[in-house]
Amino acid sequence: MRLIILFLIGLVFGVGISIGGMANPAKVVNFFDFAGTWDPSLIFVMAGAVVVTFIGYRFVLKRPAPTMDVKFYLPTRRDIDLPLIAGSAVFGVGWGIAGFCPGGALPALGTGRSEVFIFVGALLAGIFAAKFLQSALAKRASAQA
Amino acid sequence: MIETAFTPYASLGGGILIGLASVALMAVAGRIMGATGILAGLLQPSNFADWSWRAVIVAGMIAGPFVVMLFTGEMPAVQVPVSTTMLIIGGFIVGVGVTFGGGCTSGHGVCGMARVSPRSIVATITFMIATIITVYVVRHIFGV
Repeated sequence: MRLIILFLIGLVFGVGISIGGMANPAKVVNFFDFAGTWDPSLIFVMAGAVVVTFIGYRFVLKRPAPTMDVKFYLPTRRDIDLPLIAGSAVFGVGWGIAGFCPGGALPALGTGRSEVFIFVGALLAGIFAAKFLQSALAKRASAQA
Repeated sequence: MIETAFTPYASLGGGILIGLASVALMAVAGRIMGATGILAGLLQPSNFADWSWRAVIVAGMIAGPFVVMLFTGEMPAVQVPVSTTMLIIGGFIVGVGVTFGGGCTSGHGVCGMARVSPRSIVATITFMIATIITVYVVRHIFGV
């Protein structure tokens, strides 16, 4: 039952990404191209998603726990560090080059287009490479300590 | 470059659905609806239960375009204005960036912004600026 509900939640997300235009790299890149073929549509995606989530979270997070789990798994860090800023900047560079972000590309896989599979393959390679690098850096840091 | 039509209503509707899914995931499972976090845990799950909830969400996401086709009669548009090389380079760079940055457009940009998390606000502003600069450089300086 829980897994069926989670599948439906993923489905709603996938439909939202699809009709919002986030699965279409041409639309995504045009959103950022003020000097060229600018398409402001995606500000409506961001605004709709953030406002609904902001309001919804107010109600949900007042409850002691989620309905089908023991607790809320919320990020607790509040510090601004170099990996956060550098990583986000690097992500932006990749997003500008390819036009897909992870949340846009996963639903786009459903269209069966080969370009999406190529992007997601490269995305997974990048995640693995970064995780390897992260653990190597952590080992070096603990060896120095 | 491919021109795309301005679609405020469809985009607002899509955004609202993304928001509803994010709220529902928090209400049901207490999790952040972040593609990066869900995907990262799918690759390195701590146990089967941890893997399965992520797998069904990703399966649901992938089924999204089929539902759109049921209602509209066609798959959502995927127009790729860049070369295969750029997809591969861009995809790899995105993977590295979101792993170090701890999130992407959905995790930081939607859920984190909605929680008014300082880390997510800084991340979102940073990647938006980086994307604007990159698109300008790629399109208007290199002319790709």
